[in-house]
Amino acid sequence: MSSISHCARERGFSPERISEIELATEEALVNVFKYAYPDKIGEVEVTCKWDQEGRLIIEIVDSGVPFDMFSIGEPDTTADISKRKIGGLGIFLIKKLTDDVQYQREGTKNVLSLIVNKNRGRE
Amino acid sequence: MEIGVRKEKNVSIVSVTGRMDAVTAPEFEKSLLELISKGEKKFLVNLAGLEYISSAGLRSILVIAKQSKAGQGEVIFSGLKGPVEEVFKISGFHSIFKIFDSEEAALNQI
Repeated sequence: MSSISHCARERGFSPERISEIELATEEALVNVFKYAYPDKIGEVEVTCKWDQEGRLIIEIVDSGVPFDMFSIGEPDTTADISKRKIGGLGIFLIKKLTDDVQYQREGTKNVLSLIVNKNRGRE
Repeated sequence: MEIGVRKEKNVSIVSVTGRMDAVTAPEFEKSLLELISKGEKKFLVNLAGLEYISSAGLRSILVIAKQSKAGQGEVIFSGLKGPVEEVFKISGFHSIFKIFDSEEAALNQI
């Protein structure tokens, strides 16, 4: 996690944006820990790189069971306490805190890319 | 993460400091569920010292709020700042919970 922050800090991302990136990355990693390897110990690799537009791309790769977070519905953030569903907030936060998310199943690997601009929601 | 609990009148004031994430949130959930099972109904959760919250923390808060509401209780919040306030906003928690700037303001309303 500290290497991701280091990546973003080097390019002048604000501390607030870095903390959002850390949160999105943590949420994605927690999903891998929880779901990717239900019956064995597995690996996850996190790398950061930059695209031509200066956006940070955090790539999270595991060899676990296929998991496409886009298949999970969004929580109803307007429901009241009794009706509000407990789960689904992690994926929701990932989508809200990043500017783009891409998922690909490459052979036996899940490749999740979190793409972030310096400022949320801006080019 | 550290949790402090004190009681003023009939309100349990719970101060949470540090980080509420996948590792620490279960501890928060367990402490408050214990208080609810002992009959406590009104909770003011002061998050002024909380630096970070992830979906695991939000999840635990929803569990507590549902449990408390089922027993005609209530959970309100004070002192949110920085990333914690932002995450509450994004998740729609501002519209389901009463949130106050300070503990004093919250205590006047519960």
